[in-house]
Amino acid sequence: MNKPIKILCDLRDWVDARFPLMKIWNEHLAQYYCPKNFNFWYFFGSLALLVLVIQILTGIWLTMNYKPSADEAFASVEYIMRDVNWGWLIRYMHSTGASAFFIVIYLHMFRALLYGSYKKPRELLWLSGMAIYLLLMGEAFFGYLLPWGQMSYWGAQVIISLFGALPIIGDDLSLWIRGDFVVSDVTLNRFFSLHVIAFPLLILGLVGFHILSLHEVGSNNPDGIEIKKNKDAEGIPLDGIPFHPYYTVKDIVGAAVFLIFFFAVVFFAPEMKVPGTQGLFLESANFIQANPLQTPEHIAPVWYFTPFYAILRAVPSQLGGVIAMGLAVNLFLLLPWLDRSPVKSFRYRGRNYRIALALFVVSFLSLAWLGLQIVTPLYTWLARFFSVVYFSFFFLMPFYTASDRDKAVPNRVTD
Amino acid sequence: MKNTNINQDRRRFLTTAATVVGGVGVAAAAVPFISNMNPSAKTKAIGAPVEVDISDIEPGGRLIAKWQGKPVWILRRTEEMLKDISSLNSDVSDPESDESAQPEYAKNEYRARKEEFLVVIGICTHLGCSPNFVLKEEGESISTDWKGGFFCPCHGSRFDLAGRVFKGVPAPRNLVIPPYKFISPTRLLIGDESEAV
Repeated sequence: MNKPIKILCDLRDWVDARFPLMKIWNEHLAQYYCPKNFNFWYFFGSLALLVLVIQILTGIWLTMNYKPSADEAFASVEYIMRDVNWGWLIRYMHSTGASAFFIVIYLHMFRALLYGSYKKPRELLWLSGMAIYLLLMGEAFFGYLLPWGQMSYWGAQVIISLFGALPIIGDDLSLWIRGDFVVSDVTLNRFFSLHVIAFPLLILGLVGFHILSLHEVGSNNPDGIEIKKNKDAEGIPLDGIPFHPYYTVKDIVGAAVFLIFFFAVVFFAPEMKVPGTQGLFLESANFIQANPLQTPEHIAPVWYFTPFYAILRAVPSQLGGVIAMGLAVNLFLLLPWLDRSPVKSFRYRGRNYRIALALFVVSFLSLAWLGLQIVTPLYTWLARFFSVVYFSFFFLMPFYTASDRDKAVPNRVTD
Repeated sequence: MKNTNINQDRRRFLTTAATVVGGVGVAAAAVPFISNMNPSAKTKAIGAPVEVDISDIEPGGRLIAKWQGKPVWILRRTEEMLKDISSLNSDVSDPESDESAQPEYAKNEYRARKEEFLVVIGICTHLGCSPNFVLKEEGESISTDWKGGFFCPCHGSRFDLAGRVFKGVPAPRNLVIPPYKFISPTRLLIGDESEAV
């Protein structure tokens, strides 16, 4: 062994005698056994971590130049874009990162629907993932106010008013959230605090919880088979391979491909101005400073909230719409208990679940599109139709999964 | 570990007592943190009354003032506009403003102290957007028999020229009328309704 390597090994041993370094390394990487049949859908967990790191890094650097006050916020963002060295890059990485986060998380969640990853023994894993998703929605909402543009202002006004629609506590609750009688400097200042300190801390803690509980129960796989049921003489799953180096290398390839797409957007289409929209990632009305006296002609939330926004608009009553919207987001929490089928992966599930999942995806995407459109009677009826499909996926699940004609699940993973 | 000398009852009592007292302490500690987020003394003070000069408003025209950070519209209504309001009583969902928020002196047909001037908070009662003022002749896209009023771009709520909400739109109530008084024929004080001078 040559000398520098030996010094490094000695250093490692010195630390290891005082801190469980190798134990952690082995438990979570070198001797954490994953099913050998992971496919495309298994990239999104590590990609979510990558985007989290991008958001934290770019967020720290944006904070160095941003000013959280109603008088200065808008101008400080322009300052970052025009005068700060590489400010435009850091900001576009952060704004693109927000949308990328939701793309990655939605695909990550869809993977769980495909392969039944929320089912026993992974209920808590699913719940912690949902908690991260809910926090992420809050984080995105707080962050969207910070540029203090027209869409920031009126978006916050509408979302906070949703809480105001609740009976009895509504008015006091929305006043408490704003800290003022209207969205104002006070609101901006506290959203800044929540966006850069409170929620990132909570998200990081929950991500740790999420990974620890994953490594406790072990990863699911496209066949939905527990690999821990078939172990060799040394107690290593027969269908398992260590996460490092096999999946670290696989995930690095995924990260490289992801970053190509990510930076293509950052450099060439940071606003994601798809025809027929105001800009999916950065809305054009947000290039005008907030004006509390004038609502923009057309306001729509950022794309990742539009399925729920379409449901809100589809319900004719104010309170009913708010409740339906809250339900639409939170029903995912109940999935482990709504699903009565013993089979995890859709590969071995019957026709009922496959059809239900396909209809759910269609309704989710249709609602997302409808939420971006200006209300017309036709669109309202379409949104109502797809809302019914959306909710049926959850409420009818105990029935169609219990009566489903599932296939026989093999004992070992298949590819 | 087994130790028969342990007094289990005493241990249970101490654990319960410590949990209860500790819980009360945590709840008490939460009070300042929660209360901290309610409007501060300074924020409340900014809600002071605002004086507006209304002499420049042309008949049929509107002025936007700002009170408590909210838009307040002052609309100078013409005779024709007032007639149109009366003709809409069956199209609005709360014609007498029984369910809506306004000072007592504005709970009348035209929702105003003086028929000519509508003073109203320009915030939709649905989810807080500020509706657009759409004149009779500009409202073809809203409805064929549009008589002039306010249209909310966010979720399509419609209001007439007295701020009354039409039937079949998401907004639940009429637009809110703030407290106000005329301190002279051309000067208006928004946010103060006291009669004493």
